[in-house]
Amino acid sequence: MEFVRVENLIFDYMKTDEGGAPVATRAIDGVSFCVEKGSFTAIIGQNGSGKSTLAKNLNGLLVPTEGEITIDGLDTSDPANIWNVRQKVAMVFQNPDNQIVSAIVEDDVAFGPENLGIDPAEIRQRVDAALEGVEMGDYKDKAPHLLSGGQKQRIAIAGAIAMQPECIVFDEPTAMLDPRGRSEVLKIALDLNRRGMTVIFITHFMEEAACADHVIVMDGGKLRMEGTPRDIFAREEELKALNLDVPAAVQLASQLRARGVDLPDSILTAEELVDALTQPVPAEAAEEVSS
Amino acid sequence: MIRDITLGQFYPGNSVIHRLDPRIKIIATLLYIVALFVVKDFAGFIAPFVLLEAVIILSKVPRRYIWRGLRPVLIIIAFTLAINLFMVRGEVLWQLGFLHITREGVHTAVFMGIRLVLLIIGSTMLTLTTRPIGLTDGIEALLSPFKKIGLPAHELAMMMTIALRFIPTLLEETDKIIKAQQARGADFESGNLFRRAKALIPILVPLFISAFRIAQDLAMAMEARCYGGNVKRTRMNAMKFARRDLIAAILFCLFLAIVVAQRVLM
Repeated sequence: MEFVRVENLIFDYMKTDEGGAPVATRAIDGVSFCVEKGSFTAIIGQNGSGKSTLAKNLNGLLVPTEGEITIDGLDTSDPANIWNVRQKVAMVFQNPDNQIVSAIVEDDVAFGPENLGIDPAEIRQRVDAALEGVEMGDYKDKAPHLLSGGQKQRIAIAGAIAMQPECIVFDEPTAMLDPRGRSEVLKIALDLNRRGMTVIFITHFMEEAACADHVIVMDGGKLRMEGTPRDIFAREEELKALNLDVPAAVQLASQLRARGVDLPDSILTAEELVDALTQPVPAEAAEEVSS
Repeated sequence: MIRDITLGQFYPGNSVIHRLDPRIKIIATLLYIVALFVVKDFAGFIAPFVLLEAVIILSKVPRRYIWRGLRPVLIIIAFTLAINLFMVRGEVLWQLGFLHITREGVHTAVFMGIRLVLLIIGSTMLTLTTRPIGLTDGIEALLSPFKKIGLPAHELAMMMTIALRFIPTLLEETDKIIKAQQARGADFESGNLFRRAKALIPILVPLFISAFRIAQDLAMAMEARCYGGNVKRTRMNAMKFARRDLIAAILFCLFLAIVVAQRVLM
């Protein structure tokens, strides 16, 4: 079942030039795609490729200049749908500091549900569950500025979970984190997805994109490639042309293959590469070598 | 150095004082401050001191936290003491050139010192035992009667919540900018006052810009979380006037009566 449907999306940022006349800068140019309910979609692309603008279009923070976005059948450009859309699609932003509203962790997590007008007893329940879900239950009375970047980002995720959305859009949530914080955030996103949450994960770390079911490649405001991570990362040349990399394991595998090591084409992660390299050599091949 | 600031910091706890209705605590703190100015002699400080001591013991806040709240204002206290010590005219106790200390000067200085310390510790207790949200919800509730004459009570309270939240973030930002400027040879420590003030401009300009950037990010994040002003908003910790609040109010009225009686009768 499709949850998000983007059809021929065009988005222009309006600026004024020196004379005061409005000038449109096109950030997204004719993008169409669908996101299935319960899927994990990664969006990759360079800085300025339009991926963040796309994310903000997905829950009505920005409204399409042309084209249409529907969330679970609701048109985001209709003002009557806006609260519904934002409740269905929660967002986690890049900067962990700039999205936390309150000076106490649990009060911040409660901010979303409070805005929805939910009963106090239920808010309390949701907040506790959300904080447990990101393993931050012990920190509920702490001040956010005393936490690490990864912990702050987990609070932001708990704030999104507490709104009980059907989909969470992560807008480069790992860009400002250290490696440990990055892996914590990715693990939570994968966990949520396993429990049925639709996840849209914007990133420029290819290893993170490799964990998705579906990858979308953006460049210059256009959708350039779309498919499973295996398909996308097999097209190394095309990615290089867009100034993007492939995951380290894919790169290493392709270099080994070029040196004559027999490896399957489907290697995506470090674990798969290790498995392929440590597999016992088939009996006939071993005989060939020994004879 | 710039980081250790406790003003407006909450000490998590579950004491009676923590659980009191924020509205009661705010009103009591304001009246307590007024009471300190009603007092006119040293004996009058006994009642406020006993009250404050009781609140500190009941709240279970470690004394070093209270002390830390007092530290940033020590200079102000010292300054007040000095002014009073040297400026008040009267019976001269000690003299050196144009400086002289009078009996009345010592009296006023000590009196003012006690008043200031009691005042600051009292208001620190409010912020130490009330979570920031409780504080701003309380202020919002107390201001809401004025909504009728167009006072944006909810918006003011939300601004305070955000300001409290972002004090440490902006301090960190300032620290970062200072270090970045120093790394490129900026000098903030030498020269006269005018020169030093001028050296602050390269700190303030980037700080303002980054404050605006943070504000924009935060507004976006709040909108994404369905914030739309005070329409149909609920609270996780709704304020309820409980029996302990009534008891606290009665005890506090008793305190006020003692202070006033002491002033009038003695």
